[in-house]
Amino acid sequence: MSIEVRVPTVLRTHTDGEKRVTVEGATLAEAIDDLEARYPGLGDRLRDDEGNLARFVNVYVNDEDVRFLGGQQTELADGDQIAILPAVAGG
Amino acid sequence: MALYRDISQAVGNTPMVGLPRLSPEGYELYLKLEGHNPTGSVKDRVAKALIDAAEAEGRLHPGSRVLEPTSGNTGIALAAICTARGYKLTVVLPENTSRERTELLEAYGVDIVTSPADEGSNGSVRVAREMAEADPDLVMPFQYGNPANPRTHAATTATEILADLPDVGALVAGLGTGGTLTGTGRRLKQDDPTRKVFAAEPEYGDLVYGLRNLDDGFVPPIFDEDVLDGRIKVDSEKALATTRRLLAEEGIFVGLSTGAAVHVARRIATPRRLPKGTKIAIISPDGGWKYLSTGAYQPGDPEAIVEELQDTLWA
Repeated sequence: MSIEVRVPTVLRTHTDGEKRVTVEGATLAEAIDDLEARYPGLGDRLRDDEGNLARFVNVYVNDEDVRFLGGQQTELADGDQIAILPAVAGG
Repeated sequence: MALYRDISQAVGNTPMVGLPRLSPEGYELYLKLEGHNPTGSVKDRVAKALIDAAEAEGRLHPGSRVLEPTSGNTGIALAAICTARGYKLTVVLPENTSRERTELLEAYGVDIVTSPADEGSNGSVRVAREMAEADPDLVMPFQYGNPANPRTHAATTATEILADLPDVGALVAGLGTGGTLTGTGRRLKQDDPTRKVFAAEPEYGDLVYGLRNLDDGFVPPIFDEDVLDGRIKVDSEKALATTRRLLAEEGIFVGLSTGAAVHVARRIATPRRLPKGTKIAIISPDGGWKYLSTGAYQPGDPEAIVEELQDTLWA
């Protein structure tokens, strides 16, 4: 089970500058835990104090915002792609 | 056709056109061409509503100066209506918008303040807020937080969609201020709660997200996420590919954010999400004119075009 994670520039201090890293996990929560284990501090940036996904971070699995999938319980399959993007407005 | 007293009355009532060649089998895609508005974008609706609301509240007087943060289209729309009604306009524009947007604003005589590229639209919001605080004479309608924005989409955009496609089953629109999705989507669901609403969110290159601190993200106050059934990001490559297909296969010349929305409509047109036979209304925010300088429509190597495009705010 190999999941690719796209890391935004601002968080690459945790990954030695790597833009894409690989983690494992059957759910998004497990993948974030694994991210934290491999790159200490990175997983924690994605969650608030109560463990929910942080308000200004959007997490996508295969381009879909996980808030509309299963949140952190979203199931992952081998080859899935996670992307982390800061919230941006337009207009 | 119709006769109007001035340009601000000619907003809305845009055409809805079918996409017979790009509709996945068993589904009907329709595109609402907001590029047919007076300054060429969906933002004419918002600008008119913002100015009408400020006038109704007594905040605007002859010669007043309006201030607004915008990635372009709202500024151009405000320029036209402010000209027609005798107000001056200052816009705060990220420095990485398309050249045409800046040129149009200059043509209208708008006072332009630029905000840093690596802060994107969030930076223009920050700078405009600082300016408004420092000068109480500036009138900032603030499209990101003004209920007149979603309200006009409920009153006009949604009403027009329901008139043209009474049995519409799903809506797809881009996510910028959230005004189109919140206003139109909410109204469509009030009319029939089984309807689905999907957001197409632009995904840019690293420059746009650059140095942004994750803790100072900005979610527009008017955006009601509860109206959505899904939110799908679309990168510049996919937006460009679908924009080109619209031109080549349907003869429709539109901006990149329309390509992104049609990409999402095609993705959600599956029995897992929508019953066969569903009619999907897609909002096309603008035509392609303002993006010619990006090379998006030229025969060149798409990869090289995307390389340039992904750091430009195309939505």
